[in-house]
Amino acid sequence: MSIVATGVTKRFGEYTALDDVNIAIPGGSLTALLGPSGSGKSTLLRVIAGLETPDAGDVEIDGTDVTGVRPQDRGVGFVFQHYAAFKHMTVRDNIGFGLTVRRRAKAEIRERVAELICLVQLEGLGDRYPSQLSGGQRQRMALARALAVEPSVLLLDEPFGALDARVRTELRRWLRRLHEQVHVTTVLVTHDQEEAMEVADRIAVMDHARLQQVGTPRELYEEPSNPFVMGFVGAVNRLGDSFVRPHDLELRPSANGVTHPARVERVTHLGFEVRVELEREAGGALLAQLTRDEADELGIAEGDRVHVAPRKERVFAGGAGI
Amino acid sequence: MSRRRFGAGTPLGLGIAVSYLSLLVLIPLAAVAWRSFDGGAGEFWEAVSSEQAVAAMRLTLLVSLAAVVVNAVMGTMIAWVLVRDDFRGKGAIDVLIDLPFALPTIVAGLTLLALYGPRGPVGVNVAFTRVGITLALIFVTLPFVVRAVQPVLMELDRDMEEAAASLGAGRLTTFRRIVLPNLVPAIVSGVGLAFSKALGEFGSVVLIAGNLPFRTEVASVFIYGQIESDGVQTAAAVSVVLLTASFVVLFGLSVFERRMTRHAG
Repeated sequence: MSIVATGVTKRFGEYTALDDVNIAIPGGSLTALLGPSGSGKSTLLRVIAGLETPDAGDVEIDGTDVTGVRPQDRGVGFVFQHYAAFKHMTVRDNIGFGLTVRRRAKAEIRERVAELICLVQLEGLGDRYPSQLSGGQRQRMALARALAVEPSVLLLDEPFGALDARVRTELRRWLRRLHEQVHVTTVLVTHDQEEAMEVADRIAVMDHARLQQVGTPRELYEEPSNPFVMGFVGAVNRLGDSFVRPHDLELRPSANGVTHPARVERVTHLGFEVRVELEREAGGALLAQLTRDEADELGIAEGDRVHVAPRKERVFAGGAGI
Repeated sequence: MSRRRFGAGTPLGLGIAVSYLSLLVLIPLAAVAWRSFDGGAGEFWEAVSSEQAVAAMRLTLLVSLAAVVVNAVMGTMIAWVLVRDDFRGKGAIDVLIDLPFALPTIVAGLTLLALYGPRGPVGVNVAFTRVGITLALIFVTLPFVVRAVQPVLMELDRDMEEAAASLGAGRLTTFRRIVLPNLVPAIVSGVGLAFSKALGEFGSVVLIAGNLPFRTEVASVFIYGQIESDGVQTAAAVSVVLLTASFVVLFGLSVFERRMTRHAG
């Protein structure tokens, strides 16, 4: 079910967390809210959930204005960074909480909980307490708990932020598969562009309480609308007024009129990829990414003098820097 | 591995701790117990089963229970307000909570008598009644529950409450099903300490109770009266009963706490 936020503004005292944010999230999509910390992405998620009340603006879920509706009546599932597990309840009781509160029949709850335990792969752990689970298991439990009440939208606030890198990667893929199975409209808050690109089909980039751009991962990477987005979704070099991705930098042994001379500071071999750190003679550091074959052909080594030209570059109106 | 944990089981430290505790706690308690059996088990039984002693002990139990039940509810509420609400003068109130600990209990008794006694300004006279005794006990044991619950409430994960709300739980349900179960160990431990303290309370009670045998005479005052009238052995016998009751409460508490905190973390 779709989510539409219109003109949402939220202040905490002097601090503006959201400044006139407008966003439409299509039903069934998996959208990432991506931005640095303090960009307002978590606040937007909490406003959608009803855990914060906006100072101005409206939130609609599935065409219904829910701005004044309490969180318990919104039908949203919310997953917290630090799990928010009910410590005094077993896994089973945690997952069934929403159903128990809704006074569903015991047999129905038991059946639904068993189903969800399978879905999140916690078979055999139903009688454990949260303190007896690993971080990844706890977060899967929290997800099952949120899904139990069949929410119209699922909201995830940095769900993998507290987990170690390996578990994080695993859970990302798992979430992606889960979304394909369950198809509930999902919004995921993250500050990790790789996570957003890997998991989401749409990304909304936020910075300084404002929405910067919304699009598919590819669109954001190829057609960023401003220098901030370009820099946030991938590495970027500045060459005069233009912005260049490291893999769009061409290195040549000789000058051809449009190239910039530079000195090779450092060469790092990362398997198929070779990273070259350069210092322009006119001043300024550059990063280039070559394939192993390109690097071999050039015979590049630290201390060499090379000539650099962009293959593909972007210039933004106003020429604003990052 | 021969690595010894830092500070674990140094014989000197252990020796000092045990000697100190023996001197200060164990030996006096043993002496009281020894004294209570001066005339053998028969006399011990006679002393503690005399009508006046039984009445005093029963009254003590009753008013102590009443006081801690009130404090369990009010103490939790005060802790809640102090942790969750913001208002002017919160710091002052927070300090005020400890006043019953700091105040000499006899002063507390005097204050209560002046306020709720026969010539009190509020027109409520509870002097020489069981209500008066309960009031005194509520006053002196107030800080126990507040101070036990407060830090737990401060540490309580607010996300849990928000999660419950997002799952459809109203405020009352969230309090009953999520907050309260997490506070129960603290409440129980506060109540247990308060109850132990109330069982032996003397100073604050002795003035307002009036100490009418069979009516408003609590165990501690009964003990005092026995010593005054040379019934040292009876006094010691009743003391042992109080002591045992306190000990049972504390022991039960620690068992309960261990069981409750097994899954916390």
